[in-house]
Amino acid sequence: MIKFEQVSKTYPGGQRALSKVNFHIAPGEMAFLTGHSGAGKSTLLKLISIMERPTVGRVLINGHDLNAITRRDIAYIRRDIGMIFQSHQLLMDKTVFDNIALPLVIEGYTHKEIGKRVDAALDMVDLRDKSRCLPIMLSGGEQQRVGIARAVVNKPPLLLADEPTGNLDPKLSMEIIRLFEDFNQAGVSVFIATHDLGLIARMKYRTLTLKNGQMITDGLNDNIDEGWQS
Amino acid sequence: MSILFSNRSQGASRVKIGLVQSIVMVFVSHVRQALSSLGELWRQPAASLMTIGVLGLSITLPSTLYIMVKNTEKITAGWDQASEISLFLKPSISATQSQQLVARLNTWSEIDSVVYIPADDALKEFQHLSGLGDAIAYLESNPLPDVVLVTPTEKHGGPTSAKALLAKLKQQREVDVGKLDIEWLERLYALVNIAGDMVTLIGLLLFIAVVLIIGNTIRLNILNKHDEIVVMKLVGATDAFIHRPFLYTGFWYGLLGGLLAWFCVIIILWWMDASIATFAAMYQKEFNITGLTGAALLTMLGLSIALGLLGSLISVQRHVRQIEPR
Repeated sequence: MIKFEQVSKTYPGGQRALSKVNFHIAPGEMAFLTGHSGAGKSTLLKLISIMERPTVGRVLINGHDLNAITRRDIAYIRRDIGMIFQSHQLLMDKTVFDNIALPLVIEGYTHKEIGKRVDAALDMVDLRDKSRCLPIMLSGGEQQRVGIARAVVNKPPLLLADEPTGNLDPKLSMEIIRLFEDFNQAGVSVFIATHDLGLIARMKYRTLTLKNGQMITDGLNDNIDEGWQS
Repeated sequence: MSILFSNRSQGASRVKIGLVQSIVMVFVSHVRQALSSLGELWRQPAASLMTIGVLGLSITLPSTLYIMVKNTEKITAGWDQASEISLFLKPSISATQSQQLVARLNTWSEIDSVVYIPADDALKEFQHLSGLGDAIAYLESNPLPDVVLVTPTEKHGGPTSAKALLAKLKQQREVDVGKLDIEWLERLYALVNIAGDMVTLIGLLLFIAVVLIIGNTIRLNILNKHDEIVVMKLVGATDAFIHRPFLYTGFWYGLLGGLLAWFCVIIILWWMDASIATFAAMYQKEFNITGLTGAALLTMLGLSIALGLLGSLISVQRHVRQIEPR
């Protein structure tokens, strides 16, 4: 589903964020990406959503080389990737319903279809009764769930999450991860960047670890030597 | 349209949108965005009114000047056809010879009509109009010559052709002096031409100003919506989709500014009507000022909308591209 081939990214100014990263996440897989702040997690996710381009190497999604995607087509690529952010990226002056409906409005769904799908997405994240609220009236965990509902409302085959549990307590974090597991059960590939090792430790999922822009471990969390913490 | 997943077989499936439905939805989405742009103008009445005011007044000025020039052209067009050539005949010419000249001139294709004024008639008229009255009766002989007034046809009434006709008339042996008072007409034409050029120039400058003002207003709108644009780009909105509300804002500015200009022009013409009537009365002329014709009104509104759209188009092309999620 996601394949990195010898990917390096150097930012203008010479800061090297990633060097020679290789990995492959299979369709329907759920995996974690972990590492220090500044280890390159966000950069790696940005390369998948084409917010950044690799300096060297290739990023492929479903066999398509993202280097071949022109600026005009980026919008269409992003419709296939549900993205979840630590900062939620919600529109604060729009209701929860309107926020979740945004991807569908952009894709030109009918009013009826939008209503049906947004309600279904609200069901999944258990926020049915908050549909008319503004995001500002919700708690951090609820806002994050609105972000998740928006990411899955057009049923993308791939979900990316950047620190989705960043500001949440362990119980809420676990609820969020359970949500991702549900989507994964439904066949969606899920790729989550987090530095919350405790969270990962409680689950048996493949974990990729970045340190100073290099991939130092790749495997089930049993095998993590937690070397990046030293 | 999915580039990465030809039928999105992985993950959850999606409902396909049919061709007809997507065309209908594009239309619906346009209407929705147009109305929401109008709603946004409505929610910030002070700021919107100022922009609309600038646009409206900027269009009012050239439109009013245009109407003035059009009306001046209409008046002078009337004067142009009235241009007469006065032929003063030699004193030695007898009445019969004069009649022959008149008969001859009547056959010329360039000439519309010929009026013969014998010296005696001219003297009577002078006596009547000048108020000298009896003083003239003391004159021993009539000092005035016979006069033939020649009116050229419409085709030969213009300054150049009338001059040519005058030259030809002067060659007639009965004619002593020929006079075509055309210089003032030529000057007037030149002035009207300059006025026309000035209208074009002022209009052009104001239109450029309008485009810049709208462009800047839209730029501020875009900056205000920075976060929203980032989110829209993150969830897969195309540039065209993001541009549309701003273009509609430009469209509404143009339309409302155009309507304001129309209103202003009507007020100005109504206000000036009285003074123009007084002026026209001095020349014993019945003159009604011509306002905006339907075609001119449509042109004005179209132009106004085009300027609004152009300003916003320039702005979105430049500024939306610069906003990218980071």
